[in-house]
Amino acid sequence: MKLEKYLEILPKSLWVTTCNSGSCNGCDIEIVATISPRYDIERFGMKLVGTPRHADVLVVTGPVTTYMKDRLLRIYHQIPDPKVVVVVGNCGASGDVFYRSYSLEGPVDRIIPVDVYVHGCPPRPEAIIEGVAKAVLKLEGKRKELICAAQGETE
Amino acid sequence: MSAKTYTVPIGPVHVGLKEPITAWLDLDGEKIVGARVRPGAIHRGIEMMGRERNPIQVIYLAERICGICSFSHITAFLRAVEDAAQIQVPARGQYIRSLVLELERVHSHILWAGVACYSIGFDSAFQLGMLMRERVMDVLEAYTGNRVNYGVGTVGGVRWDITPEVDAVIRDMIRYYRSEFSAFYDIVTQDPIAKARMRDVGVLSYEDAIRLCALGPTARASGVRCDLRWSAPYEAYGDLDVKPVVPQDYVGEARGDVFDRFLVRVLEVYQSLDLMEKILDGLPEGDIVFEKSVVKVLSLLKKAEGTGWGIIEAPRGDDSRVVHLTSGNENLTWWKVRAPTYANAVSWPVMFMGNELADAPLIINSIDPCISCMERMLVTNAGTGGEQIMTREQLLDLSREKTRRLMPA
Repeated sequence: MKLEKYLEILPKSLWVTTCNSGSCNGCDIEIVATISPRYDIERFGMKLVGTPRHADVLVVTGPVTTYMKDRLLRIYHQIPDPKVVVVVGNCGASGDVFYRSYSLEGPVDRIIPVDVYVHGCPPRPEAIIEGVAKAVLKLEGKRKELICAAQGETE
Repeated sequence: MSAKTYTVPIGPVHVGLKEPITAWLDLDGEKIVGARVRPGAIHRGIEMMGRERNPIQVIYLAERICGICSFSHITAFLRAVEDAAQIQVPARGQYIRSLVLELERVHSHILWAGVACYSIGFDSAFQLGMLMRERVMDVLEAYTGNRVNYGVGTVGGVRWDITPEVDAVIRDMIRYYRSEFSAFYDIVTQDPIAKARMRDVGVLSYEDAIRLCALGPTARASGVRCDLRWSAPYEAYGDLDVKPVVPQDYVGEARGDVFDRFLVRVLEVYQSLDLMEKILDGLPEGDIVFEKSVVKVLSLLKKAEGTGWGIIEAPRGDDSRVVHLTSGNENLTWWKVRAPTYANAVSWPVMFMGNELADAPLIINSIDPCISCMERMLVTNAGTGGEQIMTREQLLDLSREKTRRLMPA
């Protein structure tokens, strides 16, 4: 289905939690800008929540540092299924300017499975919103899989 | 019977913190009686990465030390490189650098003020602050093309000129803030609840601020008259007559609490507006960069030999760089980054004492911590009363072991 069609009626208001795994803050302030009145992602019912246990989406920024690797994994495992991971920023997607360092374990997809990449250093708030909108589709796909699997078990 | 204390860990990932840092607070009931801070979560090894790159490449790395004060970081770095290679920046380039530094200060301070309101639960003021901040982001985008990491500085000047259109946009923004920003300021400072949450919370006395080497707005809120733009002018600030903003000049006394830190930052926004207007009025004609060709600059830097310093007043305090260039080597030989949060984080344990647990995120935020700026080196002894991550003996053993390893068998 086309994205625009799908977003006419949101199947679910996404709740988002963020994890800064070593970014320069640039992406984090742009994430804060998406909840500010100009971009206002809350009009879609999406919001930042404080704990991963309430979240559907994990937004990861930054190339993962050695110290944050275990914490990132813990946060990822605390999110209930179905869940999607959105990487915001080039450094989480590929490392970007942060390469050849002794304290980096990233990019993020070496550690946890990633569903959506948002490129840019940092990406504009519009791009972040688009990334999260794409995450809606991914999440619905995963939910269907889970429901099918559960029905298969009961039969 | 001795009172039992509980230790509550905060972080590294916490809803009240925007960046990873860990703090352990010892609690007696609701009161904080001890605090330890453990930085180092997002240490990326930037200084080491810089040693494998040439100065032009390091500009873009230095910019990504921290996305909020990105231009301060590269200005400090560029001044160090220019000092080492004896490069003179044209006057117009210096003025434009000062202008971008002030634009950055406005956006950083408004962001901080908004986040401070957010951490006390004053969400409508946070939203108002964020809405106002978009205006300066628009101006930065109009001038540089980017919202956060501008990529506008280069060795020997800046890359883009201030065109009449950009000039008009900036003057428009100054008018907007002069008429609108007071709404945000009044809402927060005259709100009794916001005042109750911030007054006498996280106090850092004048003596402690000096003893613990606090910097920037954190020190100024404690009444310390310090501002590098005033005491050691750089770029265009020598012509601009900057006075440090201290609360005793405005409200009669400096208490050094979170409210004073809020006041200093908000007043500095107004100061920056005045400075920007002066810069635009006095913008000299001429080149914006001493040499347009990057290839020529690189060959000049390759021949340069020496150590250079660059210290500037970033939105959070003194930001300093030392760079060493070796003749015949294209890359930096070494560089040292010292960001203001280093110095300011040391005062956290003092600020925590005697406050309630609920104030902890506000106090952590009150120095405007930039954890990404801070994490340059592996910290071995964090904070004053702080956690000994590695004792001196251990370090000594490590050092001796290394000597043994190096010794021929």
